[in-house]
Amino acid sequence: MTGQRTGSRAAAGLVGLVGFFLVWEVASRTGLVPAYYLRPPSVVLPTVVRLLGDTGFLRALVATVFATLIAVAVAVAVAVPAGLLLGSVTWVRRAVMTLVEFLRPIPSVALIPLALLTFGTGPDTKITLAVYGGLWPILFNTMYALDELDPLHVETARAFGVGRLGVLGRVALPSAAPFVLTGIRLTFAISLAVVVSVELFSGGTIGLGQFILEASSGASQMDEVLAATVLAGLIGYGANAGLERLNNRFFAWNARGGGR
Amino acid sequence: MTPTMLQVTDLGHTYQSKDGPYDAIDALGFTVAAGELVCVVGPSGCGKSTLLRTVAGLIRPSRGSVSLHGTPVDGVPEDLAVVFQDYSRSLFPWLTVQRNVEFPLRGLPRAERAARAAEALAAVGLERAGRKYPWQLSGGMQQRVAIARALAYRPALLLMDEPFASVDAQTRFELEDLLLRVRREQDTTILLVTHDIDESVYLGDRVLVLSKSPASVVAQLPVDLGEHRDQITTRASDEFVELRAKVAGLLQGVPQTEPVAP
Amino acid sequence: MNLLKGTAQRWVVFVVAVALWELVTRAADDVFFPPPTTIAEAAGQIWFSPLFGEHVVPGVGRMLLGWALSGVIGVALGILLGRSRTAMAYLGPTFNFMRSIPPPLLVPFFAATIGVTSMQLPTIVFGAVWPVLLNTVDGARAVDDTKVDTARAFRLSGPQWLLGVVLPSALPKVFAGLRLSLSISLILMVVSELVGSINGIGNQLVQAQRDYDLPTMWAWIVLLGVLGYLFNTLLLLAELRALAWQPRHSPEAQSLATGG
Repeated sequence: MTGQRTGSRAAAGLVGLVGFFLVWEVASRTGLVPAYYLRPPSVVLPTVVRLLGDTGFLRALVATVFATLIAVAVAVAVAVPAGLLLGSVTWVRRAVMTLVEFLRPIPSVALIPLALLTFGTGPDTKITLAVYGGLWPILFNTMYALDELDPLHVETARAFGVGRLGVLGRVALPSAAPFVLTGIRLTFAISLAVVVSVELFSGGTIGLGQFILEASSGASQMDEVLAATVLAGLIGYGANAGLERLNNRFFAWNARGGGR
Repeated sequence: MTPTMLQVTDLGHTYQSKDGPYDAIDALGFTVAAGELVCVVGPSGCGKSTLLRTVAGLIRPSRGSVSLHGTPVDGVPEDLAVVFQDYSRSLFPWLTVQRNVEFPLRGLPRAERAARAAEALAAVGLERAGRKYPWQLSGGMQQRVAIARALAYRPALLLMDEPFASVDAQTRFELEDLLLRVRREQDTTILLVTHDIDESVYLGDRVLVLSKSPASVVAQLPVDLGEHRDQITTRASDEFVELRAKVAGLLQGVPQTEPVAP
Repeated sequence: MNLLKGTAQRWVVFVVAVALWELVTRAADDVFFPPPTTIAEAAGQIWFSPLFGEHVVPGVGRMLLGWALSGVIGVALGILLGRSRTAMAYLGPTFNFMRSIPPPLLVPFFAATIGVTSMQLPTIVFGAVWPVLLNTVDGARAVDDTKVDTARAFRLSGPQWLLGVVLPSALPKVFAGLRLSLSISLILMVVSELVGSINGIGNQLVQAQRDYDLPTMWAWIVLLGVLGYLFNTLLLLAELRALAWQPRHSPEAQSLATGG
């Protein structure tokens, strides 16, 4: 029954997607939107397929995805311990939060010109900026997960003779895990956005953003722009869906869904 | 002879579930006179809620008909109010108590709304709680707000779905007495669904006993405990004890020695 | 006394950090890292000059307008579609896909289609609408059955139902979406101005990059941080007011989504 239900839901979603492409096609063909720019999907979708066989494009794609994955990994490695620390030691938190509140609102894309000037156009520049941008959701989710920690769970563990560090590792971290995973979903989206932003803006670095920028300046290649944009969307969609599935698989016990 | 408020005729409802059709209620028939308080009691899961939701017009019955003061019910009638068991979800957390009570009164002038809400809140003893939010009140008080909201609407028929099942025993007694008092003062017609035998006898002018699902009316017992009832003396009286035994017997399917009143 | 101690603890670290920064940058004497006093000087010059009116006002104005439009469109559509399972079964995957496109990648397309100087507003609206829309749908779905029955029992009209019950129920989620959209709007404001605009903070960042004027660059970045902090705080205050009815509302726990 449920299988059938999921099936029909997926079918409906597919119908919706096809409908979206149809509207796009009609809008483009009838000249509702200038077809010169908004190429119809009948042109764009074959281009997607062609690009997937194009080495130049694939290199750009891989470069972007890799940079994003590294940025996410670094963000996790930095933000989870930092979040655990800030979440469990009050005075550190009180002291550091003012700094954090000041740093967080700076949009990382605003740092692009400065970073390019200072660090050059190598991949470490975009990774650094992506880490900066993507750090915050994990940091805050971990911190607030500790705030939401059920004191009864802590007391239970303490009553069984578990020490302070043991509580952190065996009670706090597992309770925080779903929240961390939710944070990672956001972090991935932000990191990907920052990486392509750097690529869009700097001439020298290989990546999706650079590819799209070049295609868009050669005016006849709008189909490549749209195709590459669609593919970037698919990567984001896939990453989000994959992480969500991971959440459902491992954190089914967490009915609340873990932060956002 | 008082006019008939509610007439339920040959009512039946079938749910379509994955295990095939399921009859919740079947061949149900009864009437409620104006000003009467009728309690419906039945074993859990017997379809009491389905009955109430059909009467309220929230679901369309598969068979039979419901009519409210002579008009067939098709969709939720205009002059009907419902008090649900789950007060915490039935009240709107973003509205103050006062605004919750005024909620169904849209379209009335502001002053009139405020006056009616104040009156209804006073009737349930909450005249001072108007500016609070529901979550600042205890469970029993929240259910009083829900009752006040229903009263402020001045319905011809008040439906109550296990209204006191989610509060503690002491509060439950208080709310039962509150209902009896309000009903004396305002002359409301009430159909109350419960699984609690004592409650049905204590509150009702008449008790309808339902069978197991598909539910139908097994018996209708008039309750002659008078207008003024008391938690201690009434519950200790012979009539009360006898009636509750009779209802309990009916619920367990024990054959009755004397014919049951129609 | 305790309050004083808390405030002191909070600001001591901040002041110490700034002082350290000053000392280190002075000692290092690196052109790329000007000391805070130099940045403050540059900031004083540009913030209180005609540049503010020429660049900050139009750019931030576009950002706020775009954000507001995306909020209105997102909430309206979300409330209308959120209560219909069928509608969302068809449209959900498409919306989710649109949200997954890294927002900065919209810039080349809109720049080519609409023109570099006027694409900022549509880019912001298109990029920022999805989080509000999808969060509102989520919130609208969460109306529990008892409230549905209560509303029906009191014979609410369509508009009363949507505005009086569905919208308030969805409001916490709506605010979470608005917060995400705000950071996306800020990102898109900067990126779209970096790539090409006749005015705006991003435009000035590029200008400063070309002139190798690092203190000015730092000053614009700090201004962006201040603006981001300001808008976030105002949104938080609005949220606190709008959700004052919530029993245990911790806006902090929901303010996780301000990366970028």
